[in-house]
Order: sequence, then C-alpha cells, then structure tokens
Amino acid sequence: MKKLLSLSIITLIIIAAASCGGSSDSEKTTEATTESTASTDSDDGNPSYDPHRGEGKFTSVDISPTLDAAKAELGNQVSQVKCSSCHKLTDEKLVGPGWAGVTTRRKPEWIMNFITNTDVMINKDPEVQAQLELCLVRMPNQNLSDEDARNLLEFMRQNDGVK
Amino acid sequence: MKINSKYVQGMAALALLTSMNACKPKDAGSVVSGDAAAKVYVAPGKYDEYYNFVSGGFSGQLSVYGLPSGRLLRVIPVFSVDPEKGWGYSEETKPMLNTSHGNVPWDDLHHVSMSQTNGEIDGRWVFANGNNTPRVARIDLKTFRTAEILELPNSGGNHSSPFITENSEYIVAGTRFSIPPDDKNGDVPINTYKENFKGTISFISVDKTSGNMDVAFQLQGPGVNFDLSHAGKGKSNGWFFFSTYNTEQANTLLEVNASKRDKDFIMAVNWKMAEKLIKEGKGRKQAVKYASNRFDESTHTATSTIKNQVTVLDIRDFPGLVYMIPCPKSPHGCDVDPTGEYIVGSGKLAALIPVFSFDKIQKAIADKAFDGEYDGIPVIKYEAALYGEVKKPGLGPLHTEFDDKGNAYTSMFVSSEVVKWNVKDLKVLDRVPTYYSVGHLMIPGGDSKKPTGKYLVAYNKITKDRYLPTGPELSQSAQLYDISGDKMQLLLDFPTIGEPHYAQGVAADVIKNNSTKFFKIEENKHPYVAKGEKEAKVWREGNKVHINMTLMRSHLTPDNIEGVRVGDEVYFHTTNLEQDWDVPHGFAVKGALNAELLVMPGETTTLKWIPLKAGMYPMYCTDFCSALHQEMSGYVRVSPAGSNVPISFSTGTNIAEKDKAVANSAAAKK
Repeated sequence: MKKLLSLSIITLIIIAAASCGGSSDSEKTTEATTESTASTDSDDGNPSYDPHRGEGKFTSVDISPTLDAAKAELGNQVSQVKCSSCHKLTDEKLVGPGWAGVTTRRKPEWIMNFITNTDVMINKDPEVQAQLELCLVRMPNQNLSDEDARNLLEFMRQNDGVK
Repeated sequence: MKINSKYVQGMAALALLTSMNACKPKDAGSVVSGDAAAKVYVAPGKYDEYYNFVSGGFSGQLSVYGLPSGRLLRVIPVFSVDPEKGWGYSEETKPMLNTSHGNVPWDDLHHVSMSQTNGEIDGRWVFANGNNTPRVARIDLKTFRTAEILELPNSGGNHSSPFITENSEYIVAGTRFSIPPDDKNGDVPINTYKENFKGTISFISVDKTSGNMDVAFQLQGPGVNFDLSHAGKGKSNGWFFFSTYNTEQANTLLEVNASKRDKDFIMAVNWKMAEKLIKEGKGRKQAVKYASNRFDESTHTATSTIKNQVTVLDIRDFPGLVYMIPCPKSPHGCDVDPTGEYIVGSGKLAALIPVFSFDKIQKAIADKAFDGEYDGIPVIKYEAALYGEVKKPGLGPLHTEFDDKGNAYTSMFVSSEVVKWNVKDLKVLDRVPTYYSVGHLMIPGGDSKKPTGKYLVAYNKITKDRYLPTGPELSQSAQLYDISGDKMQLLLDFPTIGEPHYAQGVAADVIKNNSTKFFKIEENKHPYVAKGEKEAKVWREGNKVHINMTLMRSHLTPDNIEGVRVGDEVYFHTTNLEQDWDVPHGFAVKGALNAELLVMPGETTTLKWIPLKAGMYPMYCTDFCSALHQEMSGYVRVSPAGSNVPISFSTGTNIAEKDKAVANSAAAKK
C-alpha cells in the first residue's frame, strides 16, 4: 500500500508540474499570434492606395513639355548599370516589360514611386500584380537615388519621343 | 490493509503544495523548470535580444548565434576555406590565407574579443586568434566578413590571444609554445629548451578608424607557455595580465613535467610603460617574416603583404616592465572584474580560486615585497598580491565571467558545473550542473566594464547523451542559463560548430542597424567589374581568357562563350548587378577544380578555371534567386589546344540560322 501511495504522489507532482509549464507556454504563443495577425490586417486593408500616383515619396513631378537632354543622358547611364539587363527600350519583354510607351501609360509620380519604392508597390498596385503574373520575377529595388529616378524618367520620356 | 483515507488526502494535498513550489525552483539541482521554453521562445519573424559570437574551434570559423533562442544565424569563414562562400577559392580571397609558410587553408580559432570603447563593447569588430599557424583576424561587423588577417612572428602557437584594451588600443597575442626566435637558428636539439627557447608576447595596434592591425612591438621573455590573458580596466587600465604554465620549462611529457611546481605565475605587464619605451626608441629591430592580409571593400579584393621587421623589448632589460605573481597549479583563465580591481586566476588543477588585488599588487611593487626572481623578473609575494581565495568552489576551475551585480561565475571542468560567487566576500552563492565538462562561459559584456545580468552560456567540451546519436562524433553543446535571479536556471541546449572556446555577446541594437545590405555598384572599383551588360566581355591575353560577366535575375551575360581552349586559364569575373538586400547570385562551372562563388549584390568575384578536356561545359547560378532561377545558366565551349575557334560571346542572340527565320516570322505576326 505504501508503494501505491507514493506512486500517486509522484503522479500528482508530474501533473502539477506539466500544467504549470504548459499554461505559460500557450499564453505566450497566443500573444505572438495576435500580434502578427494585427500587422497583416493593416497591410491588406489599404483603402488609401492611389493607383494613379502609386505609393512613395513623390506626390507631384514637374515635367516640361520639352526634353531635358542632360538629364536623359544621365538616366541612360543609370539604366545601363541598373535596368537594361531586364528591360528593353522597345515593347518587347525581356525579364520585365519593354519601356516603349511607359510614360504615356503611367503618371510620372507613379513611375518614380515604383522604381524607388518597389516592394511596397508590388504588394499593393493591382496593375503591377497583374504584370508579376506574366513576368514571374519580382522587380528588385535597385536603390536609386531621387536624382537617379528623375533622370531615368527623363530617359524614358526621350525613349517615348519627347524632344 | 485498510487505508486511512484522511491520511491519503493529506498526503495528496501536501504533494500538490510541493509541486506548486516546483514551478519556481528553489534548489540548485533542478534541471529544467516549466517556464524555460517561454524564456527562450522567439516568435517567428521576431529578433533575438543578443548577438552571440562563438569561436568555431578546430573548424577555424566564427559562428553567430541569436540569444536566447540559440538559433544559428551565420557561420563566418575566417581561417579555413569555405567552398560554400568561395572563401579561399575565389581569386579575391586567396590572399587572405597567405602566410610566411605559403597558403595555410585551415586554423584552430579559439578566442574572440569584440572591440571596445571606454571599456564597453562598441560593435565595430570582432577579433579572433588562429592558434596553430599564429595569426589574428579582424571581422567587420558591418559586413560580417573577415576583413584582415595578420600573421605573428616569433610565435609558436597563438593561444593567449586576442585580448583587448578598453579603448581597443592593442590586442595581445602571447605564444603558447615557446620557440627559438625567428632570426636565430631553430635547428637546435629540442632539449636545449632552457637556453634557446623564448616566449614572446605581441602587442598589435588597431587603427581607430580603419581597424587595420600592425605588430606594434613584441615583448621577449622566458621560455614558458602563455595560456590566457585579460587587459586591466578602469583603475588597472595600462596593465595586462597573462596566465603562464610550464614555468618548469619542460620540453617533453608536459602532462607530468609541466605540473611539478605548486605554483606557476600570472604575469603582470605595464603596457603603458612598454609603449613609452618604444616611443623613446628603446626597442631592438629584429629581422622576421610575416604576412599582413587586408581585404579592400572598394575593389572587393584582398592583398597580402610580407613584412620583414619587428621591434622587440627584452623584458629583462627594463626593470618595472613586468612582474610575476605566483598562482597555484597551472593557471588557465586570467580574468579581470568590471572595476579592474580584482584579477581572478583559475589554476586548472587547483581546488580553490585565488583572487588578486590590483591595489595590493601596486603596493607590493612599491614596497618591494618580492620573493626572489624568475628568469630575472621580480616575483611578488603571493600573500602580498592576494585579496583572498574562494574556498572549495569545485574541481578544475577554468574561466570566470562577471555580471552587473558584483558576482562572478566560474566554470568547473572536472566537476562539470558553473559556480556563482560574490567578488567582494568570496562566498559561493550557487552552483548548477553542466552537461558535460564545461570549458568557457559567456555573459554578454561579461569581461567588459559593463556586464549584463540576464543570460550566461556555458560551452561544453563533451556532449555524450544530450542529443540524438550521430555516430562516434557528436556536436559540442552550449547551454543557456537564466542568471537574473538568485539561482541560476538552465533554459536551453544548442549544438555548436567545431569546438567552442571563448565567445562574446552584445545587445542586438549595438550591431543590427549598421549591417550592410548590399555593395553600391557605383562604388565598385574592381579592375574587372562590368557595370551593366554593355560592359560584359570576353577577351584573350595569351593563354589567359578573361570573362567580365554580369549576374542579374535571371540570366548570365554572356551566357554563350566559345573560343576557350584546353589548358587556358579562364577567369570568370562575375559582377552581381542587383542592388537589393539578400539577393546574392552563385556561380559554378562543371569540372572546375575549385568551389562555387557566392556574389553579393554590387560585388565582383572571380573564379579561376583551367579546362582539361575539350567539350561543352554548363555554368549556372547556384543560389535560388527568382522564379526563373533554373533558367539562369549558360554554356562554355572548350576546343582542343591550338584550335582556331575564335573568341565569341553573347546573350540571347546566338541562334541557328534556320531558327532565326522562325523567330523573325513570329515577331512579324506580333
């Protein structure tokens, strides 16, 4: 009988110890889950996204009806290093779509936001998402400076025939 | 037998009470309690609190763990080649492993020290020693890459290293094995140890801005084994303390012959005085040969320079420079508390821990409280330097770390435990078992002026039954303890690479925001960079073929190369054009007697390949980079030696005539 007694005591200890560890564990897990759900929600909601401007630091870009040839040349140089391995100047797709006509399809703000705030726009812009389904390669953020981005825009305008 | 039911109920209630208490363990014997899992749980997507830099021992590398999760974040190649990262295989990194003996592709990395400013870890660099072919490395914590490796002359094994001063002025490197100096004939009978062998300590200067290291000067002393060290701090800044063994000067069966004396020494060095002597031109120039290897981040290329001279101070010639303090039984760890007043010597064969007082040492020197000389160096009387002894701490004390509450934690190798004791009253406060045979300990900041008091990690030498068996060899184990309360609590086991020796830890915030995300392509000054596909090219110079190639999701440019001949030296200079975080490309070519390249965004790296047989050789990107990664590939055509196939290269245009017609008509339709 003594044996039985001590056995039951041991069992009790085990149960008590296990429940003690278990409860604090699950508490933590719940906390973490709630947190991550909350942050996902705020990403998805997104009622303020402007598909014409895109999202990023550029709200309006001053462009002249004529070309700034110096800027366009600098843009060409940046493009050689950071863009041309994936984008042709025609309408032919390479890794990403060709650039021909892009400045007529998109607002200047949209272009500059997309090339500087790439990841966010890939996640939010419906047209970029449709493009991703065709190309299947997420455009990398090539870490362009604001000046680089403006020069590239000018180069794209030149490519689209602005004189 | 009839049971008294009241008695049973009483017992059960008692059992419950006891078990409630067990949730908050009070006795030191408890192994793991219920809340351990919660304390080490870092939720997916969340960051660890601390970086932990752990020596990779005989792997020659440095591992980076997150604490408290124990997750392995990275293995940084240092002294050993690493085919995964092309370390020691690419043309740019080969010079990093150069020494006066030639290319040494492996070493035994024991100890790590992080750079400090005002005695606190500043998160700029980690230094590590190569124990076998004496070297010290500097790892840059912006890139988590080895930026420099410096060889040490007059040294037989760099064990007592790389300990650092409180403003990173110097790193020291004391030789474990004394040897005849490099400018003397080393071809002497081994049993002439006492007359011909010298023990050398190198003082390596660290440039405040670049971090570049140089051997500033060396101290030459008696032939003994220098084991470990620590710099003084606060009031004792300006001094260095080294543990020594084999003061018997044995050259064979050290296990017995170097364990004869009751006491060896802690050697106290006045490094400010040494610095002054050097400035006054008192040093002796000695002809030596050693390699200084530096990696230049703008060219992405290492250069190895052989240097030919060091300045040496012979300890015996400068009274006041060095003193010996007797320390029981072959001391190993030599640790200085956060105030700089207490120096803890751990005699690895002793059953007590002596604690020396810096003030008493200074007084003993002023009073000339000496007990004779050792090899011309004054020996301070043991009692005159001693603050007190920790009695019966356990067996085999090795290393001591400190917390922020005036406590010390010493590892006990023989009795497999960590012992916590109070630095002021030297009373043992707590002890916990380790599994098994603990060597080093680490508390983040635990050997600096600002230790933390939350976690301690024990690095164990033997694992035995802690993990699933993996054949005769088991990974070493590290164990994480919570030290925030009165009693230490074991939280976690995690495996390590190689055999861990010293480690360092620092709050993640000190480092994480400085991490380089990519290299700016505009700043790339590699002589063979291709900044854009227009600059990609292939050309021949005699039997050398250079290929300036670009890597971009998801193609190589050029990806069709012809005109290479058997026996050519082909250099693939690959530039990753990406400018985004975490998009490396890999590069490999079939049959290369070499490794792969792993090219970071904006970086240029070169693979050398000598094709031995004519044929067709595929090449491809090895690091999954995009949905079209499997398409990121190409061919090199290799023709027999003397063939007249001209060099040609292209991407996207090398199409057979009959296929071109089809392609053109398809384009026309569109």
